[in-house]
Amino acid sequence: MKILIVGGGMGGTILANSLARRLSSELRSGKARVTMLSASEKHFYQPGLLYLALGRMTPDELYRDQASLLEPGIDFYVDPVEEFMLDSNKVKTKSGKTIDYDVMVLATGSRMFPEGVPGLAENAEFFYTEETAVKMFRRLQAFEGGKVVITVGVPHKCPMAPLEIIFMLNDYFKDRGIRDKVQLHYTYPINRVHSLENVAKWAAPEMDQLGITYDTFFNIKEVDGANKILKSEEGVEIKYDLLIAIPAHKGMEVLEKNGLGANGWIPTNRTKLNMEGRSNVFVCGDTTNIPISKAGSTAHFEADTLAENIAAMVKMGSPVREYDGKVFCFIEAGKDRATYAMFNYLNPPDPKAPTKAMHWFKIAYNKLYWISARGLL
Amino acid sequence: MADDIKIVDGRGSFCPGPLMELIAQLKSGQVGDVFEVLSNDNGSSKDIPEWVRKVGHEFISTTEEAGVWHIRLRKAK
Repeated sequence: MKILIVGGGMGGTILANSLARRLSSELRSGKARVTMLSASEKHFYQPGLLYLALGRMTPDELYRDQASLLEPGIDFYVDPVEEFMLDSNKVKTKSGKTIDYDVMVLATGSRMFPEGVPGLAENAEFFYTEETAVKMFRRLQAFEGGKVVITVGVPHKCPMAPLEIIFMLNDYFKDRGIRDKVQLHYTYPINRVHSLENVAKWAAPEMDQLGITYDTFFNIKEVDGANKILKSEEGVEIKYDLLIAIPAHKGMEVLEKNGLGANGWIPTNRTKLNMEGRSNVFVCGDTTNIPISKAGSTAHFEADTLAENIAAMVKMGSPVREYDGKVFCFIEAGKDRATYAMFNYLNPPDPKAPTKAMHWFKIAYNKLYWISARGLL
Repeated sequence: MADDIKIVDGRGSFCPGPLMELIAQLKSGQVGDVFEVLSNDNGSSKDIPEWVRKVGHEFISTTEEAGVWHIRLRKAK
């Protein structure tokens, strides 16, 4: 069986490594083959961007060579797909190769898309790419006081990032001795400060206590950069001195161009994880259209399910389990304390008060992640 | 015409949740499109109509059947 994994991020890498271990004898005998196609030779640890933007990690800590993370037996090529021919089970790559498959997994991730809001890309700071996170760090270093507005679009990856950035900025300005000169304001699209009700119930009083103000039911419409005004679809206008945005995201452009899903979100069965209408194409991570967190842990737990199922398809002819919607997200609540939210399709999260121990667990995980990527943790 | 209704299935979605899922999917719609949100969260029956009116879309109806809320609206802008 020829297994093709498109995408070398967290989901694709964990999946490839798990499959290589489960199918080690089949790979040796030639009964199965695992091929990965990625747009990059590097593996990028995206959760590190939050720390990069605040000067707590450096860019080199966020990358490893993709090949160094992969189990032997995986055929890895830096040769992104440009054309999908699902009816004939083939893809065509940038270098012109045509690769056929028996099973394909789409794990191409997501990207911020600030261009979708007039005035946003040119007037806000971001921390969802290395370049923008470094630029934001420099802007923060030069900031001596005024109103900082953090504004959140829909959909976006890393659901905890809005809260994490505002709480960490609070401590950042405190440490610089200028917190009394900075007004921190937060906007969120629905009528509470976070999508998860229990997380919002914890976070709102924390914000009140720290003097962080907020507007809810706020969906970004446009930014008037000349006058430094952020405007919402709901008719609210907010003046800012420094605007930090988590913009709406899209899936990768190649998926839209190939008609696989509007805005790059692929219609996906939420428990079987197959692309709707395709029994041999599966989807993992941010690029599904499942109404679930676009988070690394989601990709990780989906990859676990897919690895077990695809290996079972090779060994026994059919999948064996379903994905239960499991998500686990750390929530940094400042520079030295954190909590977490764990939930699935049936059980909401119940976050506990932040602790230093959980923060140190997250800091440790920033290093341990590379073991997760190898499918071992 | 039932086929033209765009279903936003937010059942079992804690994050991002039915309302955020609706906001995301509205971006792919055209003015005049009818959306129907499915939610097993009681709060949706209040939050979604409130947001729809606040932002300027047209609220159509809310019904509940077997523990699932069906909230219909029309994209107006």
